[in-house]
Amino acid sequence: MDEPIIELSDIKKSFGPVSVLKGVSLKAYPGKITALVGDNGAGKSTLIKGLAGVQPYDSGVVNFNGTPVHLTNPREASALGIEVVYQDLALCDNLDIVQNMFLGREETSFGTFDEGEMERQASETLQSLSVRTVKSVRQRVSSLSGGQRQTVAIARSVLKSAKVVILDEPTAALGVAQTEQVLNLVKRLADQGVAVIMISHNLVDVFQVADYISVLYLGQMVAEIQTKDTTSDDVVGYITGSKTYTGVSA
Amino acid sequence: MSETKNADTAVDTTALAASGMIGSGQEGGVLDQARAYIQRVRGGDMGVLPAVAGFVVLCILFAVLSPYFMTDRNFANLLTQAASYVMLAMALVFVILLGEIDLSAGVTAGVAMSIFVVLSNPGGIAMNWILALILSLLTGVAIGAFIGFFVARVGIPSFVVTLGLFLGFQGLQLLIIGTGGLYRIQQPEILAIQNNNLPVWGGWLMLAVMLLISGGTAVLDRRRRVRAGVPNRTVVLVWIKLGVILVIGGLFVALLNQNRGQVNYLAGKVVGGNVIEGVPIVVPITLAILWAGTFMLDRTRFGRYLYAIGGNPEAARRAGIKVVGIKWAAFGICSTLAVVSGFFTASQIGSVDASFGRDIVLFGVAAAVVGGVSLFGGRGRLIHGAVGALVIAVITNGLGLLNLGGGVNYLVTGGVLILAATVDAVSRVRGGGSLTR
Ligand SMILES: Nc1ncnc2c1ncn2[C@@H]1O[C@H](COP(=O)(O)OP(=O)(O)O)[C@@H](O)[C@H]1O
Ligand SMILES: [Mg+2]
Repeated sequence: MDEPIIELSDIKKSFGPVSVLKGVSLKAYPGKITALVGDNGAGKSTLIKGLAGVQPYDSGVVNFNGTPVHLTNPREASALGIEVVYQDLALCDNLDIVQNMFLGREETSFGTFDEGEMERQASETLQSLSVRTVKSVRQRVSSLSGGQRQTVAIARSVLKSAKVVILDEPTAALGVAQTEQVLNLVKRLADQGVAVIMISHNLVDVFQVADYISVLYLGQMVAEIQTKDTTSDDVVGYITGSKTYTGVSA
Repeated sequence: MSETKNADTAVDTTALAASGMIGSGQEGGVLDQARAYIQRVRGGDMGVLPAVAGFVVLCILFAVLSPYFMTDRNFANLLTQAASYVMLAMALVFVILLGEIDLSAGVTAGVAMSIFVVLSNPGGIAMNWILALILSLLTGVAIGAFIGFFVARVGIPSFVVTLGLFLGFQGLQLLIIGTGGLYRIQQPEILAIQNNNLPVWGGWLMLAVMLLISGGTAVLDRRRRVRAGVPNRTVVLVWIKLGVILVIGGLFVALLNQNRGQVNYLAGKVVGGNVIEGVPIVVPITLAILWAGTFMLDRTRFGRYLYAIGGNPEAARRAGIKVVGIKWAAFGICSTLAVVSGFFTASQIGSVDASFGRDIVLFGVAAAVVGGVSLFGGRGRLIHGAVGALVIAVITNGLGLLNLGGGVNYLVTGGVLILAATVDAVSRVRGGGSLTR
């Protein structure tokens, strides 16, 4: 088996007296999709916010390619090639697709924007993901549909050759057709060698794309399994706590 | 928002779709570009269009109603009357883009101008006027930093902070100048801003510089895009733009270069009078600041981040933007340009008293809104503030010529403001947006 690019162990995080993560472990592999599932309030978003450097953990070890790293702000995570697509879309409606994709890391020459260069890279990235639904990279994001927005958010995450892409419920707000598009996009990310961590509530989606499934239950990782070794019923059991995982850890 | 709607608001890029390349809306000839522009406007992205239309309509209206309106002299008057509003509106755009407001911009100018006159007045401290000017501009910077601290660091709504300063600074002005006090502006250089003109050739030089800058940046931009391998808009658009600058700018300079002074006749012969001709000095100053500010907003990180924060502050933060620093800088720029506006006003009326700047700020805000700047943040440009200010100024100017003073002026200005906001809101709803953004 491959070496994990991300390996979390014994991660803890509390908000005041409330202990949200109680010693969690997680692995993600290059070119593979790891689904992170769990009930509302299980701590999924909290777990990935720590990886993104947005909300540092209280304690625990984060190994990146086998080396321990400290992630205390988004720039550090970004520098390692860890990118997050948030649940509540982090796009600026008033900016166009190129501007959103490059926000915070614009290409400049002589201190001013090189719009042509940014436009080319944005267009190439969308093409490499076989995005066909976007007509012009200069469209304002406010004029895009939910699926198109999610596409832009995902494209933004891989623009600068990301190694790990974390998606927080990428299909939660989407209809059937758009969900399909986004899941295809997620598969293509993995095909490009990116380690994908996808939070999802929808087990159909999870079984459709994921290579591994990690189940968080009340702040603890109760199962880390290969998708092919489990069933939907079992996973539902782990999520609700009505079943205990007994197999060998993946 | 449905997929189909997007399909018909986008530019036709069928040819590109075949190659797998995603378009950028730059493709096609003049007609394609014109069509795309019309679609953007119909989609609710009207920009400065309604304000320009309003300005033209008002000009025609006043030209019909008053024989004095369309004279060289009134044209120059209009520009100098508008100058303070234009500068103040541009100042405010920087914070309005963030979704913030600065109600103290007018009295900030008041405080800075009070400091200027007290420091520079020959009968008093008699400081070198350039030093005094720098100190009063720095007063603006300091006040902006002060506001920025409370808004960005402490997290108090800018409305509250600047309302507090609006009240407080009126007191400060009284303390600096003294109740009922009034200082006359004595520096000829300050008075010159609004009362002197460029030589006739200076106006043409100004126009040449504008054409050069506009053409030059277009060439550089196009070169960069070629180097990156992305399509350029058809070059005809550059010529159209330069043509528009040449024609409108040329008319403008030619008009202002006419002698608008008093000419005395005796038995059909010119027997004296005075010569007043040329572009008022305030015009190139304003254009230079407009250009520099627009450059910053469109082409630098600072500007882009200002828009990003105005559009979605959380997205900006997650993108690694230092939101606090950007806000701080925006308030600093706003207050400093407000002081520049104060110099324009002082130059025009020739004096500074304890109530200087008290009434102007809401006109500045109104100008920005009339010009098409969104108070919710994230939408608008400096030129919008400038054109909005011209609309506000032409109302005052035209009604003044018709001997309809204060009461009617306030009513009409208020009406135009609400009308402008309505046009904006309705167009955005029609374009598929919501009323709140
Ligand atoms: N910033 C915060 N302050 C206090 N409690 C929080 C905060 N963020 C999350 N929580 C709590 O932590 C728990 C886990 O939240 P979250 O990670 O968002 O769960 P999930 O994404 O799995 O639904 C919830 O009980 C939530 O109320
Ligand atoms: Mg969540």
